[in-house]
Amino acid sequence: MLKLESVYLHLKNGHEDFPILEDINLELENNKFYALTGPNGGGKTSLAKVIMGIYKNDKGRLIFDGEDITNLSITERAKVGISYAFQNPPRFKGMKIKDLLKISADESSLRAMLRAVGLCPQDYLDRECDASLSGGEMKRIELATVLARPSKLVIYDEPEAGVDLWSFENLLQLIRNYHKKGNVTSVVITHHERVLSLADEIILLADGKIAERGSKEKILPLIQKDSRCCWQANCGGNDNEIECY
Amino acid sequence: MKLNAIENELLKNIADLHKIPSGAVNIRKNGEGIIRHSSANIEVRPKTDKPGIDVIIAPGTKNEAVHIPVLITMSGVVDVVYNTIIIGEGADVTVVAGCGIHNPGSKKSQHDGIHEIIVKKGAKMRYLEKHYGEGEGTGERVLNPQTLVIMEQDSMAEMELVQIKGVDSTVRDTKAKLAEGASLIITERLLTHQNQEAVSDMTIELNGQGSNAKVVSRSVAKDNSKQVFRPIVIARASSKGHVECDSIIMNQGKISSTPAITAEHPDAQLTHEAAIGRIAEEQLLKLMTLGLSEEEAEDVILRGFLQ
Repeated sequence: MLKLESVYLHLKNGHEDFPILEDINLELENNKFYALTGPNGGGKTSLAKVIMGIYKNDKGRLIFDGEDITNLSITERAKVGISYAFQNPPRFKGMKIKDLLKISADESSLRAMLRAVGLCPQDYLDRECDASLSGGEMKRIELATVLARPSKLVIYDEPEAGVDLWSFENLLQLIRNYHKKGNVTSVVITHHERVLSLADEIILLADGKIAERGSKEKILPLIQKDSRCCWQANCGGNDNEIECY
Repeated sequence: MKLNAIENELLKNIADLHKIPSGAVNIRKNGEGIIRHSSANIEVRPKTDKPGIDVIIAPGTKNEAVHIPVLITMSGVVDVVYNTIIIGEGADVTVVAGCGIHNPGSKKSQHDGIHEIIVKKGAKMRYLEKHYGEGEGTGERVLNPQTLVIMEQDSMAEMELVQIKGVDSTVRDTKAKLAEGASLIITERLLTHQNQEAVSDMTIELNGQGSNAKVVSRSVAKDNSKQVFRPIVIARASSKGHVECDSIIMNQGKISSTPAITAEHPDAQLTHEAAIGRIAEEQLLKLMTLGLSEEEAEDVILRGFLQ
Protein backbone atom coordinates (compact mmCIF):
# COMPACT_ATOMS: atom_id res chain seq x y z
CA MET A 1 0.00 0.00 0.00
CA LEU A 2 2.95 2.33 0.60
CA LYS A 3 6.27 2.01 -1.12
CA LEU A 4 9.29 4.23 -0.55
CA GLU A 5 11.91 3.99 -3.27
CA SER A 6 15.38 5.23 -2.48
CA VAL A 7 14.18 8.17 -0.37
CA TYR A 8 16.72 10.71 0.85
CA LEU A 9 16.22 13.66 3.17
CA HIS A 10 18.65 16.43 4.10
CA LEU A 11 17.77 19.24 6.48
CA LYS A 12 19.55 22.55 6.78
CA ASN A 13 20.67 24.05 10.06
CA GLY A 14 22.02 27.49 9.23
CA HIS A 15 24.43 26.93 6.36
CA GLU A 16 25.07 23.33 7.29
CA ASP A 17 23.35 20.50 5.53
CA PHE A 18 22.61 17.37 7.58
CA PRO A 19 21.72 14.01 6.07
CA ILE A 20 18.65 12.74 7.93
CA LEU A 21 17.44 9.83 5.82
CA GLU A 22 19.56 7.88 3.37
CA ASP A 23 18.40 5.50 0.71
CA ILE A 24 15.21 4.40 2.44
CA ASN A 25 13.55 1.54 0.61
CA LEU A 26 10.48 0.37 2.42
CA GLU A 27 7.26 -1.36 1.55
CA LEU A 28 4.27 -1.46 3.90
CA GLU A 29 1.46 -3.93 3.35
CA ASN A 30 -2.27 -3.41 3.71
CA ASN A 31 -3.78 -3.95 7.15
CA LYS A 32 -0.50 -4.69 8.90
CA PHE A 33 0.47 -3.29 12.28
CA TYR A 34 4.05 -2.00 12.24
CA ALA A 35 6.31 -0.71 14.99
CA LEU A 36 8.99 1.73 13.88
CA THR A 37 11.75 1.94 16.43
CA GLY A 38 15.40 2.81 16.87
CA PRO A 39 17.70 5.12 18.84
CA ASN A 40 16.95 8.82 19.36
CA GLY A 41 17.93 10.87 16.35
CA GLY A 42 17.75 7.86 14.06
CA GLY A 43 15.22 9.46 11.72
CA LYS A 44 11.89 7.93 12.80
CA THR A 45 9.90 11.15 13.10
CA SER A 46 11.57 12.53 9.97
CA LEU A 47 10.52 9.44 8.03
CA ALA A 48 6.94 9.86 9.28
CA LYS A 49 7.00 13.52 8.24
CA VAL A 50 8.28 12.62 4.79
CA ILE A 51 5.40 10.16 4.38
CA MET A 52 2.90 12.80 5.56
CA GLY A 53 4.47 15.42 3.27
CA ILE A 54 5.58 17.72 6.11
CA TYR A 55 9.18 17.23 4.97
CA LYS A 56 9.89 17.11 1.28
CA ASN A 57 12.31 14.32 0.36
CA ASP A 58 15.31 15.36 -1.77
CA LYS A 59 15.42 12.19 -3.79
CA GLY A 60 13.31 9.09 -4.31
CA ARG A 61 9.63 8.34 -4.79
CA LEU A 62 6.66 7.53 -2.60
CA ILE A 63 3.96 5.31 -4.06
CA PHE A 64 0.66 5.06 -2.18
CA ASP A 65 -2.01 2.62 -3.39
CA GLY A 66 -0.26 2.52 -6.75
CA GLU A 67 -0.21 6.33 -7.14
CA ASP A 68 2.93 8.44 -7.06
CA ILE A 69 2.36 10.85 -4.15
CA THR A 70 5.89 12.29 -4.10
CA ASN A 71 4.70 15.71 -5.19
CA LEU A 72 1.42 15.81 -3.28
CA SER A 73 1.01 18.40 -0.53
CA ILE A 74 0.22 17.56 3.10
CA THR A 75 -3.44 18.39 2.49
CA GLU A 76 -3.61 16.16 -0.58
CA ARG A 77 -1.95 13.29 1.25
CA ALA A 78 -4.43 13.70 4.11
CA LYS A 79 -7.24 13.52 1.58
CA VAL A 80 -5.97 10.28 0.02
CA GLY A 81 -6.06 8.66 3.48
CA ILE A 82 -2.73 9.26 5.23
CA SER A 83 -2.92 10.40 8.85
CA TYR A 84 -0.24 11.37 11.32
CA ALA A 85 -0.60 11.74 15.09
CA PHE A 86 2.03 14.23 16.26
CA GLN A 87 4.49 13.37 18.98
CA ASN A 88 4.09 16.85 20.49
CA PRO A 89 0.72 18.07 19.29
CA PRO A 90 0.47 21.86 19.11
CA ARG A 91 -1.89 23.83 21.33
CA PHE A 92 -4.32 26.36 19.90
CA LYS A 93 -4.92 29.37 22.09
CA GLY A 94 -8.58 30.36 22.11
CA MET A 95 -9.77 27.38 20.07
CA LYS A 96 -12.26 25.15 21.82
CA ILE A 97 -11.58 21.43 21.76
CA LYS A 98 -14.91 20.82 20.05
CA ASP A 99 -13.90 23.17 17.22
CA LEU A 100 -10.66 21.26 16.69
CA LEU A 101 -12.49 17.93 16.69
CA LYS A 102 -15.10 19.25 14.23
CA ILE A 103 -12.41 19.39 11.57
CA SER A 104 -12.21 15.60 11.69
CA ALA A 105 -15.77 14.60 12.45
CA ASP A 106 -19.34 15.82 12.40
CA GLU A 107 -20.86 17.39 15.48
CA SER A 108 -22.94 14.37 16.44
CA SER A 109 -19.88 12.21 17.08
CA LEU A 110 -17.78 14.65 19.13
CA ARG A 111 -18.90 13.31 22.49
CA ALA A 112 -18.18 9.73 21.47
CA MET A 113 -14.73 10.79 20.23
CA LEU A 114 -13.83 12.28 23.59
CA ARG A 115 -15.22 9.36 25.54
CA ALA A 116 -13.18 6.99 23.36
CA VAL A 117 -9.95 8.68 24.47
CA GLY A 118 -11.04 8.71 28.10
CA LEU A 119 -12.05 12.35 28.41
CA CYS A 120 -15.46 13.38 29.77
CA PRO A 121 -17.24 15.42 27.07
CA GLN A 122 -18.93 17.73 29.55
CA ASP A 123 -15.53 18.70 30.96
CA TYR A 124 -13.63 19.06 27.71
CA LEU A 125 -15.81 20.04 24.73
CA ASP A 126 -15.85 23.73 25.66
CA ARG A 127 -12.35 23.91 27.08
CA GLU A 128 -9.69 25.80 25.21
CA CYS A 129 -7.05 23.73 23.51
CA ASP A 130 -4.31 25.74 25.22
CA ALA A 131 -1.57 25.50 27.81
CA SER A 132 -4.09 24.68 30.54
CA LEU A 133 -4.17 21.12 29.17
CA SER A 134 -1.51 18.67 30.27
CA GLY A 135 0.72 16.87 27.77
CA GLY A 136 -1.23 13.68 28.38
CA GLU A 137 -4.57 15.38 27.72
CA MET A 138 -3.20 16.86 24.50
CA LYS A 139 -2.04 13.42 23.34
CA ARG A 140 -5.54 12.03 23.86
CA ILE A 141 -7.12 14.89 21.93
CA GLU A 142 -4.54 14.42 19.20
CA LEU A 143 -5.48 10.77 18.96
CA ALA A 144 -9.17 11.69 18.81
CA THR A 145 -8.58 14.05 15.86
CA VAL A 146 -6.75 11.31 13.97
CA LEU A 147 -8.99 8.35 14.78
CA ALA A 148 -12.12 10.26 13.79
CA ARG A 149 -10.87 10.51 10.21
CA PRO A 150 -11.28 7.81 7.60
CA SER A 151 -7.68 6.69 6.95
CA LYS A 152 -5.87 4.00 5.05
CA LEU A 153 -2.54 4.59 6.75
CA VAL A 154 -2.08 6.01 10.24
CA ILE A 155 1.31 6.88 11.72
CA TYR A 156 1.35 7.38 15.49
CA ASP A 157 4.44 9.23 16.69
CA GLU A 158 5.34 7.97 20.15
CA PRO A 159 1.80 7.76 21.52
CA GLU A 160 3.26 6.71 24.87
CA ALA A 161 5.15 9.99 25.40
CA GLY A 162 3.63 12.04 28.21
CA VAL A 163 0.84 9.56 28.92
CA ASP A 164 0.67 7.68 32.20
CA LEU A 165 1.04 3.89 32.07
CA TRP A 166 -2.62 3.15 32.84
CA SER A 167 -3.95 5.57 30.25
CA PHE A 168 -1.41 4.37 27.72
CA GLU A 169 -2.76 0.85 27.91
CA ASN A 170 -6.23 2.21 27.10
CA LEU A 171 -4.94 4.36 24.24
CA LEU A 172 -3.05 1.41 22.86
CA GLN A 173 -6.24 -0.64 22.99
CA LEU A 174 -7.97 2.15 21.08
CA ILE A 175 -5.26 2.12 18.41
CA ARG A 176 -5.54 -1.65 18.17
CA ASN A 177 -9.34 -1.53 17.89
CA TYR A 178 -9.14 1.10 15.16
CA HIS A 179 -6.61 -1.07 13.37
CA LYS A 180 -8.73 -4.20 13.72
CA LYS A 181 -11.74 -2.46 12.17
CA GLY A 182 -9.88 -3.29 9.00
CA ASN A 183 -8.61 -1.70 5.87
CA VAL A 184 -6.04 0.37 7.71
CA THR A 185 -2.29 0.07 7.98
CA SER A 186 -0.85 1.27 11.27
CA VAL A 187 2.69 2.42 12.01
CA VAL A 188 3.53 3.18 15.62
CA ILE A 189 6.78 4.98 16.29
CA THR A 190 7.75 3.72 19.70
CA HIS A 191 10.37 2.78 22.23
CA HIS A 192 7.82 0.87 24.27
CA GLU A 193 8.30 -2.87 24.52
CA ARG A 194 4.56 -3.40 24.96
CA VAL A 195 3.92 -1.88 21.51
CA LEU A 196 6.84 -3.72 19.96
CA SER A 197 5.41 -6.99 21.22
CA LEU A 198 2.04 -6.27 19.56
CA ALA A 199 3.44 -5.45 16.13
CA ASP A 200 3.14 -7.73 13.13
CA GLU A 201 6.51 -6.44 12.08
CA ILE A 202 9.22 -4.23 13.57
CA ILE A 203 11.25 -1.78 11.51
CA LEU A 204 14.50 -0.68 13.08
CA LEU A 205 15.79 2.69 11.91
CA ALA A 206 19.22 3.94 12.93
CA ASP A 207 21.44 6.71 11.56
CA GLY A 208 18.82 7.51 8.94
CA LYS A 209 18.88 4.02 7.46
CA ILE A 210 16.74 0.96 7.83
CA ALA A 211 18.98 -1.27 9.91
CA GLU A 212 16.64 -4.24 10.16
CA ARG A 213 13.06 -5.27 9.77
CA GLY A 214 11.24 -8.44 10.64
CA SER A 215 9.26 -10.29 13.26
CA LYS A 216 9.46 -9.31 16.91
CA GLU A 217 11.20 -12.61 17.65
CA LYS A 218 13.98 -11.59 15.31
CA ILE A 219 14.21 -7.88 16.07
CA LEU A 220 13.60 -7.55 19.83
CA PRO A 221 16.88 -9.26 20.87
CA LEU A 222 18.74 -7.08 18.38
CA ILE A 223 17.25 -3.92 19.84
CA GLN A 224 18.17 -4.92 23.37
CA LYS A 225 21.70 -5.60 22.30
CA ASP A 226 21.92 -2.49 20.19
CA SER A 227 20.57 -0.14 22.87
CA ARG A 228 23.19 -1.40 25.34
CA CYS A 229 25.92 -0.69 22.79
CA CYS A 230 24.55 2.77 22.13
CA TRP A 231 24.44 3.64 25.80
CA GLN A 232 28.04 2.60 26.46
CA ALA A 233 29.25 4.26 23.31
CA ASN A 234 27.55 7.51 24.25
CA CYS A 235 28.66 7.78 27.86
CA GLY A 236 31.98 6.06 27.45
CA GLY A 237 31.60 4.31 30.79
CA ASN A 238 30.27 1.11 32.29
CA ASP A 239 27.44 -0.07 34.51
CA ASN A 240 29.42 0.42 37.71
CA GLU A 241 29.86 4.07 36.91
CA ILE A 242 26.12 4.47 36.47
CA GLU A 243 25.45 2.91 39.86
CA CYS A 244 28.01 5.22 41.53
CA TYR A 245 26.39 8.20 39.92
CA MET B 1 -40.61 50.49 11.78
CA LYS B 2 -39.08 48.01 9.37
CA LEU B 3 -35.39 47.71 8.66
CA ASN B 4 -34.00 47.01 5.21
CA ALA B 5 -31.64 44.16 4.28
CA ILE B 6 -28.44 46.16 4.88
CA GLU B 7 -29.64 47.33 8.28
CA ASN B 8 -30.68 43.82 9.24
CA GLU B 9 -27.27 42.50 8.20
CA LEU B 10 -25.50 45.12 10.31
CA LEU B 11 -27.72 44.30 13.29
CA LYS B 12 -27.00 40.62 12.91
CA ASN B 13 -23.25 41.25 12.82
CA ILE B 14 -23.01 43.64 15.73
CA ALA B 15 -25.72 42.41 18.08
CA ASP B 16 -26.65 38.91 16.89
CA LEU B 17 -30.14 40.29 16.36
CA HIS B 18 -32.30 38.72 13.70
CA LYS B 19 -35.31 40.87 14.58
CA ILE B 20 -36.09 43.83 16.77
CA PRO B 21 -36.00 42.59 20.37
CA SER B 22 -39.17 42.87 22.41
CA GLY B 23 -37.58 44.28 25.59
CA ALA B 24 -35.74 47.54 26.19
CA VAL B 25 -34.10 48.75 23.02
CA ASN B 26 -32.76 51.83 21.28
CA ILE B 27 -31.65 51.65 17.67
CA ARG B 28 -29.90 54.70 16.32
CA LYS B 29 -29.45 55.13 12.56
CA ASN B 30 -27.47 57.82 10.79
CA GLY B 31 -27.52 60.12 13.82
CA GLU B 32 -31.15 59.65 14.87
CA GLY B 33 -33.00 57.28 17.18
CA ILE B 34 -35.37 55.24 15.01
CA ILE B 35 -36.65 52.59 17.41
CA ARG B 36 -36.96 53.05 21.15
CA HIS B 37 -38.75 50.96 23.78
CA SER B 38 -38.51 50.81 27.52
CA SER B 39 -39.48 47.79 29.61
CA ALA B 40 -40.99 47.63 33.07
CA ASN B 41 -37.53 47.67 34.68
CA ILE B 42 -35.38 49.38 32.07
CA GLU B 43 -36.13 52.92 31.03
CA VAL B 44 -34.60 54.23 27.83
CA ARG B 45 -35.00 57.98 27.39
CA PRO B 46 -33.38 60.55 25.10
CA LYS B 47 -31.02 63.12 26.54
CA THR B 48 -32.30 66.67 26.41
CA ASP B 49 -28.98 68.54 26.29
CA LYS B 50 -27.04 66.53 23.70
CA PRO B 51 -27.48 63.59 21.34
CA GLY B 52 -27.79 60.25 23.10
CA ILE B 53 -29.81 58.34 25.63
CA ASP B 54 -30.01 57.55 29.31
CA VAL B 55 -30.63 53.92 30.18
CA ILE B 56 -31.86 53.53 33.73
CA ILE B 57 -32.06 50.00 35.04
CA ALA B 58 -34.12 49.61 38.20
CA PRO B 59 -32.48 48.15 41.30
CA GLY B 60 -32.86 44.40 41.58
CA THR B 61 -33.64 43.85 37.87
CA LYS B 62 -32.59 40.31 36.99
CA ASN B 63 -31.91 38.47 33.76
CA GLU B 64 -32.93 41.27 31.44
CA ALA B 65 -31.10 42.78 28.51
CA VAL B 66 -31.07 46.13 26.81
CA HIS B 67 -29.94 46.56 23.19
CA ILE B 68 -28.57 49.90 22.06
CA PRO B 69 -26.95 49.33 18.64
CA VAL B 70 -25.96 52.10 16.25
CA LEU B 71 -26.20 51.79 12.47
CA ILE B 72 -24.65 54.04 9.88
CA THR B 73 -25.69 53.33 6.33
CA MET B 74 -24.82 56.59 4.57
CA SER B 75 -21.55 58.06 3.40
CA GLY B 76 -20.38 61.31 4.97
CA VAL B 77 -22.12 60.88 8.34
CA VAL B 78 -20.25 61.87 11.50
CA ASP B 79 -22.32 60.79 14.48
CA VAL B 80 -21.30 61.67 18.02
CA VAL B 81 -23.50 60.19 20.71
CA TYR B 82 -23.45 60.39 24.51
CA ASN B 83 -25.02 57.49 26.37
CA THR B 84 -25.36 57.09 30.11
CA ILE B 85 -26.19 53.68 31.50
CA ILE B 86 -27.02 53.24 35.16
CA ILE B 87 -27.31 49.71 36.49
CA GLY B 88 -29.33 49.84 39.70
CA GLU B 89 -28.24 48.26 42.98
CA GLY B 90 -28.33 44.48 42.96
CA ALA B 91 -29.40 44.26 39.31
CA ASP B 92 -28.03 41.56 37.00
CA VAL B 93 -28.35 42.55 33.34
CA THR B 94 -26.82 42.40 29.89
CA VAL B 95 -26.14 45.48 27.79
CA VAL B 96 -25.63 44.92 24.07
CA ALA B 97 -24.13 47.94 22.36
CA GLY B 98 -22.08 48.04 19.16
CA CYS B 99 -21.94 49.87 15.88
CA GLY B 100 -22.08 48.78 12.27
CA ILE B 101 -21.15 51.03 9.36
CA HIS B 102 -22.16 50.36 5.78
CA ASN B 103 -20.44 53.05 3.75
CA PRO B 104 -21.71 53.08 0.17
CA GLY B 105 -19.88 56.24 -0.97
CA SER B 106 -16.55 58.04 -1.06
CA LYS B 107 -16.90 60.18 2.07
CA LYS B 108 -15.83 59.20 5.56
CA SER B 109 -18.50 57.80 7.87
CA GLN B 110 -17.73 58.00 11.56
CA HIS B 111 -19.31 57.11 14.85
CA ASP B 112 -17.96 58.33 18.19
CA GLY B 113 -19.84 56.60 20.99
CA ILE B 114 -19.16 58.19 24.35
CA HIS B 115 -20.50 55.98 27.12
CA GLU B 116 -20.64 56.47 30.84
CA ILE B 117 -21.68 53.35 32.71
CA ILE B 118 -22.37 53.32 36.41
CA VAL B 119 -22.65 49.91 38.00
CA LYS B 120 -24.24 50.46 41.38
CA LYS B 121 -23.51 48.61 44.61
CA GLY B 122 -23.75 44.84 44.26
CA ALA B 123 -24.94 44.99 40.63
CA LYS B 124 -23.72 42.74 37.83
CA MET B 125 -23.39 43.75 34.22
CA ARG B 126 -22.41 41.89 31.09
CA TYR B 127 -21.54 44.36 28.34
CA LEU B 128 -21.07 43.38 24.69
CA GLU B 129 -19.84 45.87 22.14
CA LYS B 130 -19.10 44.76 18.59
CA HIS B 131 -17.83 46.98 15.82
CA TYR B 132 -18.13 46.11 12.18
CA GLY B 133 -17.69 47.83 8.85
CA GLU B 134 -18.70 47.02 5.29
CA GLY B 135 -19.87 48.68 2.12
CA GLU B 136 -18.92 49.00 -1.50
CA GLY B 137 -17.76 52.63 -1.19
CA THR B 138 -14.21 53.88 -0.85
CA GLY B 139 -15.06 56.20 2.05
CA GLU B 140 -13.40 55.48 5.37
CA ARG B 141 -15.28 53.69 8.15
CA VAL B 142 -14.23 55.15 11.49
CA LEU B 143 -15.28 54.15 14.99
CA ASN B 144 -14.00 55.88 18.11
CA PRO B 145 -15.59 54.54 21.29
CA GLN B 146 -14.94 56.15 24.66
CA THR B 147 -16.20 54.26 27.68
CA LEU B 148 -15.99 55.19 31.33
CA VAL B 149 -17.16 52.58 33.82
CA ILE B 150 -17.73 53.55 37.42
CA MET B 151 -18.00 50.47 39.57
CA GLU B 152 -19.42 50.83 43.04
CA GLN B 153 -18.83 48.57 46.02
CA ASP B 154 -19.05 44.81 45.31
CA SER B 155 -20.26 45.33 41.75
CA MET B 156 -19.20 43.04 38.91
CA ALA B 157 -18.78 43.71 35.22
CA GLU B 158 -17.74 41.58 32.31
CA MET B 159 -17.06 43.51 29.13
CA GLU B 160 -16.47 42.05 25.70
CA LEU B 161 -15.18 44.58 23.19
CA VAL B 162 -14.89 43.24 19.69
CA GLN B 163 -13.91 44.68 16.34
CA ILE B 164 -14.85 42.03 13.82
CA LYS B 165 -13.64 43.53 10.55
CA GLY B 166 -14.03 46.34 8.07
CA VAL B 167 -13.18 49.26 10.36
CA ASP B 168 -10.56 51.49 8.74
CA SER B 169 -9.63 53.44 11.81
CA THR B 170 -10.44 53.20 15.47
CA VAL B 171 -9.20 54.94 18.57
CA ARG B 172 -10.64 53.19 21.59
CA ASP B 173 -10.45 54.71 25.03
CA THR B 174 -11.70 52.64 27.94
CA LYS B 175 -11.51 53.75 31.55
CA ALA B 176 -12.74 52.02 34.68
CA LYS B 177 -12.72 53.02 38.32
CA LEU B 178 -13.33 50.26 40.83
CA ALA B 179 -14.49 50.71 44.41
CA GLU B 180 -14.11 48.27 47.28
CA GLY B 181 -14.76 44.65 46.32
CA ALA B 182 -15.59 45.47 42.70
CA SER B 183 -14.59 43.00 40.00
CA LEU B 184 -14.02 43.68 36.31
CA ILE B 185 -13.09 41.47 33.38
CA ILE B 186 -12.44 43.10 30.02
CA THR B 187 -11.88 40.97 26.94
CA GLU B 188 -10.89 42.86 23.82
CA ARG B 189 -10.67 41.16 20.42
CA LEU B 190 -9.55 42.98 17.34
CA LEU B 191 -8.92 42.10 13.75
CA THR B 192 -7.43 44.60 11.34
CA HIS B 193 -6.56 44.10 7.70
CA GLN B 194 -5.58 46.04 4.57
CA ASN B 195 -4.39 49.50 5.71
CA GLN B 196 -6.54 49.72 8.83
CA GLU B 197 -5.32 51.25 12.06
CA ALA B 198 -6.44 50.54 15.61
CA VAL B 199 -5.37 52.20 18.83
CA SER B 200 -6.65 50.97 22.16
CA ASP B 201 -5.98 52.79 25.40
CA MET B 202 -7.26 51.38 28.67
CA THR B 203 -6.86 52.72 32.15
CA ILE B 204 -8.18 50.63 35.00
CA GLU B 205 -8.02 52.14 38.48
CA LEU B 206 -8.30 49.78 41.41
CA ASN B 207 -9.28 52.29 44.05
CA GLY B 208 -11.03 50.07 46.59
CA GLN B 209 -9.74 47.38 48.87
CA GLY B 210 -10.31 43.88 47.48
CA SER B 211 -11.13 45.12 43.99
CA ASN B 212 -9.78 43.15 41.06
CA ALA B 213 -9.49 43.47 37.30
CA LYS B 214 -8.39 41.27 34.46
CA VAL B 215 -7.76 42.63 30.99
CA VAL B 216 -7.33 40.16 28.13
CA SER B 217 -6.55 41.48 24.70
CA ARG B 218 -6.30 39.27 21.63
CA SER B 219 -5.66 40.73 18.25
CA VAL B 220 -4.68 39.91 14.70
CA ALA B 221 -3.02 42.39 12.34
CA LYS B 222 -3.08 41.32 8.69
CA ASP B 223 -1.82 42.92 5.47
CA ASN B 224 -0.48 46.44 6.13
CA SER B 225 -2.59 47.17 9.18
CA LYS B 226 -1.29 48.69 12.41
CA GLN B 227 -2.34 48.24 16.00
CA VAL B 228 -1.30 49.92 19.23
CA PHE B 229 -2.31 48.65 22.68
CA ARG B 230 -1.66 50.60 25.85
CA PRO B 231 -3.56 49.01 28.74
CA ILE B 232 -2.59 50.12 32.22
CA VAL B 233 -3.82 48.93 35.60
CA ILE B 234 -3.23 51.20 38.56
CA ALA B 235 -3.68 49.77 42.05
CA ARG B 236 -4.35 52.32 44.78
CA ALA B 237 -5.53 49.79 47.36
CA SER B 238 -4.97 46.19 48.38
CA SER B 239 -6.19 44.72 45.12
CA LYS B 240 -5.36 42.42 42.24
CA GLY B 241 -4.88 43.14 38.57
CA HIS B 242 -3.71 41.23 35.52
CA VAL B 243 -3.15 42.40 31.95
CA GLU B 244 -2.58 39.99 29.10
CA CYS B 245 -2.01 41.00 25.48
CA ASP B 246 -1.66 38.33 22.80
CA SER B 247 -1.30 39.22 19.16
CA ILE B 248 -0.84 37.42 15.89
CA ILE B 249 0.97 39.34 13.21
CA MET B 250 0.69 38.47 9.53
CA ASN B 251 2.01 39.81 6.23
CA GLN B 252 3.30 43.37 6.75
CA GLY B 253 1.20 44.07 9.84
CA LYS B 254 2.61 46.09 12.74
CA ILE B 255 1.67 45.76 16.40
CA SER B 256 2.86 47.66 19.42
CA SER B 257 1.77 46.28 22.75
CA THR B 258 2.77 47.91 26.02
CA PRO B 259 0.77 46.63 28.96
CA ALA B 260 1.63 48.50 32.13
CA ILE B 261 0.99 48.08 35.83
CA THR B 262 1.39 50.68 38.54
CA ALA B 263 1.15 49.90 42.25
CA GLU B 264 0.46 52.67 44.71
CA HIS B 265 -0.30 50.39 47.63
CA PRO B 266 2.05 47.86 49.28
CA ASP B 267 -0.56 45.06 49.16
CA ALA B 268 -1.29 45.44 45.48
CA GLN B 269 -0.73 42.31 43.35
CA LEU B 270 -0.30 43.14 39.69
CA THR B 271 0.94 41.06 36.78
CA HIS B 272 1.16 41.56 33.06
CA GLU B 273 2.25 39.66 29.99
CA ALA B 274 2.40 40.33 26.28
CA ALA B 275 3.21 38.24 23.25
CA ILE B 276 3.31 38.98 19.55
CA GLY B 277 4.10 36.39 16.94
CA ARG B 278 3.18 34.68 13.71
CA ILE B 279 0.87 31.70 13.56
CA ALA B 280 3.00 28.79 14.73
CA GLU B 281 4.00 26.56 11.83
CA GLU B 282 3.17 23.44 13.84
CA GLN B 283 -0.42 24.65 14.18
CA LEU B 284 -0.76 25.04 10.41
CA LEU B 285 0.86 21.67 9.77
CA LYS B 286 -1.39 19.92 12.25
CA LEU B 287 -4.57 21.23 10.63
CA MET B 288 -3.25 20.47 7.15
CA THR B 289 -2.70 16.85 8.18
CA LEU B 290 -6.44 16.81 8.89
CA GLY B 291 -7.13 17.78 5.28
CA LEU B 292 -7.39 21.57 5.45
CA SER B 293 -5.57 23.76 2.95
CA GLU B 294 -3.07 26.26 4.36
CA GLU B 295 -5.60 29.10 3.91
CA GLU B 296 -8.37 27.11 5.61
CA ALA B 297 -6.03 26.19 8.47
CA GLU B 298 -5.04 29.83 8.92
CA ASP B 299 -8.68 30.84 9.01
CA VAL B 300 -9.58 28.21 11.61
CA ILE B 301 -6.63 29.25 13.81
CA LEU B 302 -7.52 32.94 13.64
CA ARG B 303 -11.21 32.31 14.35
CA GLY B 304 -10.28 30.25 17.39
CA PHE B 305 -7.78 32.82 18.62
CA LEU B 306 -10.32 35.62 18.34
CA GLN B 307 -13.22 33.51 19.63
